[in-house]
Amino acid sequence: MPEPETQTEVFDVAIIGAGVVGCAMARRFTLDGAKVVVLEKAAEVLDGASKANSAILHTGFDAPPGSIEQACIATGYAEYLEIREGLGLPVLKTGAMVLAWDDAQLARLPELVEKAHLNGVLDVEMRSREDLLKAEPALSPHLKGGFVVPSEYVIDPWATAHAYILQAIANGAELCRNAEVLGGAYDGEKWILDVASGQVKAKQVINCAGLYGDVIDERLLGQASFSIKPRKGQFVVFDKPASELVGAVMLPVPTKTTKGVVIFRTIFGNLAVGPTAEEQESRTDASTEAASLHELRAKGIEMLPALAEFEVTTVYAGLRPATEHQDYQISQHEARRYVSVSGIRSTGLSAALGIARHVADLNVGVAFQGAPIKKPICPAPDRLSNYHTRDWENAGHGGIICHCELVTKREILAALNGPMAPTTLQGLKRRTRATMGRCQGFYCTGALSSLTEGYLDPPIGERDA
Amino acid sequence: MRSMLNCNVAIVGGGTAGLALATALRQQGVDDVVVLERDVEAGGVPRHCGHYPFGIRELKRVLKGPDYARALIEKAVAAGVDIRTGVSVTALHPNGRLSLNTVEGNVELQANRVALCTGVRESSRAQRFLSGSRPQGVLTTGALQAMVYLNGKRPFKRPVILGSELVSFSSIMTCRHGGMRPIAMVEEGPRITVRSFMRPYAALKGVPLFTSASNLRIHGHQQVEAISFANRHGVTQTIETDGVIISGQFRPEAALLHASHLEVDAGTGGPVIDQFGRATDPSYFVTGNLLRPVETSGWCWHEAVETATRLARDLRDPIGDVPFVTLKSADPVIRFVVPQRLSQTIVEGGMSQMQLRVNEPVSGHLTATTNGRTLLTEFIDSRPERRILAGMPPMHRLGSSQTVELKILRQGNRPKN
Repeated sequence: MPEPETQTEVFDVAIIGAGVVGCAMARRFTLDGAKVVVLEKAAEVLDGASKANSAILHTGFDAPPGSIEQACIATGYAEYLEIREGLGLPVLKTGAMVLAWDDAQLARLPELVEKAHLNGVLDVEMRSREDLLKAEPALSPHLKGGFVVPSEYVIDPWATAHAYILQAIANGAELCRNAEVLGGAYDGEKWILDVASGQVKAKQVINCAGLYGDVIDERLLGQASFSIKPRKGQFVVFDKPASELVGAVMLPVPTKTTKGVVIFRTIFGNLAVGPTAEEQESRTDASTEAASLHELRAKGIEMLPALAEFEVTTVYAGLRPATEHQDYQISQHEARRYVSVSGIRSTGLSAALGIARHVADLNVGVAFQGAPIKKPICPAPDRLSNYHTRDWENAGHGGIICHCELVTKREILAALNGPMAPTTLQGLKRRTRATMGRCQGFYCTGALSSLTEGYLDPPIGERDA
Repeated sequence: MRSMLNCNVAIVGGGTAGLALATALRQQGVDDVVVLERDVEAGGVPRHCGHYPFGIRELKRVLKGPDYARALIEKAVAAGVDIRTGVSVTALHPNGRLSLNTVEGNVELQANRVALCTGVRESSRAQRFLSGSRPQGVLTTGALQAMVYLNGKRPFKRPVILGSELVSFSSIMTCRHGGMRPIAMVEEGPRITVRSFMRPYAALKGVPLFTSASNLRIHGHQQVEAISFANRHGVTQTIETDGVIISGQFRPEAALLHASHLEVDAGTGGPVIDQFGRATDPSYFVTGNLLRPVETSGWCWHEAVETATRLARDLRDPIGDVPFVTLKSADPVIRFVVPQRLSQTIVEGGMSQMQLRVNEPVSGHLTATTNGRTLLTEFIDSRPERRILAGMPPMHRLGSSQTVELKILRQGNRPKN
């Protein structure tokens, strides 16, 4: 990782924030020939809103027609499916169902189907209650009806963003972690950014700071045209055998503010229920609350009664960077060569590639230092899908360290010594899934504390002097 | 691995139960007994319990956990047991076929009998639905012990211990050994869970105890900074600390079972077994703490030795698939019963007692009934997390019944015989 203070070069683009949007942006501009630097406040990428989500690749069937969000989801979705094989990203085509549990919800279905068609998601189709129960027999018989969205996928939310940023790095981008942007000024030719440990110069700035989008706009533009209203979402993740209860992602009829509580399989083989939607002031407090978790579990059981028999593997919470506005807040400040990409509230994972393309299109005619890269390097991704071949299945893995998630010594060492090596346990978990299984580290924490010695800060444990 | 493609008895898990079972099988003349251990060494949980007392009943010595584990391994090896470490069982298949993984790759193993001895683990922070942030420094006792005794590491300096089971007290010893000073023990129940004679131990070690704690909450950004809870008077109390030890609330390590054809009992979280220790596939036996949470190593050792006799006889003279009667709790207070079914066979030598646990303190008459007939009545007086042993319903009185129901009739509500 380069030290910002040593940066004398002027980058074409400085991207602030290495969430999924920043990572996709870095990839896009790098492949378009720009010399890119990514400035991330935290010690790891994906440390904010992108840390925790429902890991679904949405078609955007329920996005507001004509919105930037809908357009970005549509193009992002298409590009994901186009590039994901080359990047080694696994997908699981689960499809989704939007389910009505009372008459009022039932009455809203036709307008939602119509909206989906308007959004170009033409395979969305109404289904009878009987057909739905036949397809998903574990659903509660209290179901009233619903429709299917056959083209929704579940994906790996971390490997996805890692693949974007790793591809950017492999093709010339630079990533600076622990590099909070404290201020900066545009001198008519370039931005001079004050970063935690020095200065970074770039001809153009793209603010992808997520939960801090308004803060960065204020620091660099002097004002923000929106304010971030963090919305917390808690999730309960059930043990892997529960994933056999359903095939499709189970969506409720959405309200104005939230998609509601979803039941979804994860690509790691679990079944999850969530999120809640709780407005709060804090941009960092992703606490879980016992009462909400019990409610989520009960809600899951209400829709999927057999879930009562399954153990919980883990719980988590994420913060969505909502704003007072419904749509994404993407604005260009041409005079100062600045783009603010904010309010990417809950669809960022699906839309990231589309958002990157949208922003790149705003820049038509701007020359970069390099030419567009025709044959980009595709770095080896983390292969963590439960539905695809994993490292442990191949000889020479050095032994299994995390027994629940079958994470091998070879995988952990590769992550620790590879590009963008994790420096925290959180980062290592997202790269390898170590300790993320049903025992939550009961068996492997000891071995992991030795294996990671010298790599993580803070370490898992300190050795006695 | 070629020699392992077939074996007579494959034992999954090389902890106390697995090693004791393997050794006893060899001593009874059973050939080709293989222990499959996924860790780098056999020995199981005692390997990282660097404290006394282990081995009193079974080895007639008082040992620390790691010495006890070594003694069990030596006995097993001396008896001719083939212990394979670094072998993960990845799937259980019908009729004794296992999928294994080693550093060399995947391989299938066919055994005449499989014994599952995968033990227990503690419930995690997530499984307890604890509120608060999720910083580093929240560990189960097992994870802490592995760090301290096997890796010479210290995850925090002044932790708070959550829970008051036997293992919670052993975590105090682990902390001392690793140069950490526990600053409080917090229990959600009205009294400590472990038998009361252990209680002075906490006082002796100078660890203040808080019972009837509710609304537990973990604070801290990167590392734990504090834990808060409402005390018995409903007043919120905050203790500054850099770590939380999540202790106890054991549950069987039943991952393989859940993904297999074998039936799992909701009460124990372990497999459904009959009085011989056979799972719902008669080629699978089960012993040790996988049966239920949680007993001491000494208890598991004895259980395994008894299971060895039953397994050895089954190899000579298989019981096979026979009709069975289901033993089941018909009382919400009864958390579980082991075994969960009684095979109807003339073969004798099954367990002579059932094991039960209750969810809340209870005093009364345990009754087993079928079709309105009372098969047995026994007085019990117990609390949660205490072992309850009761006589087995007499086989000759089962008749054509399908289910035997267990209830506890409270004091003053005497059963009619």
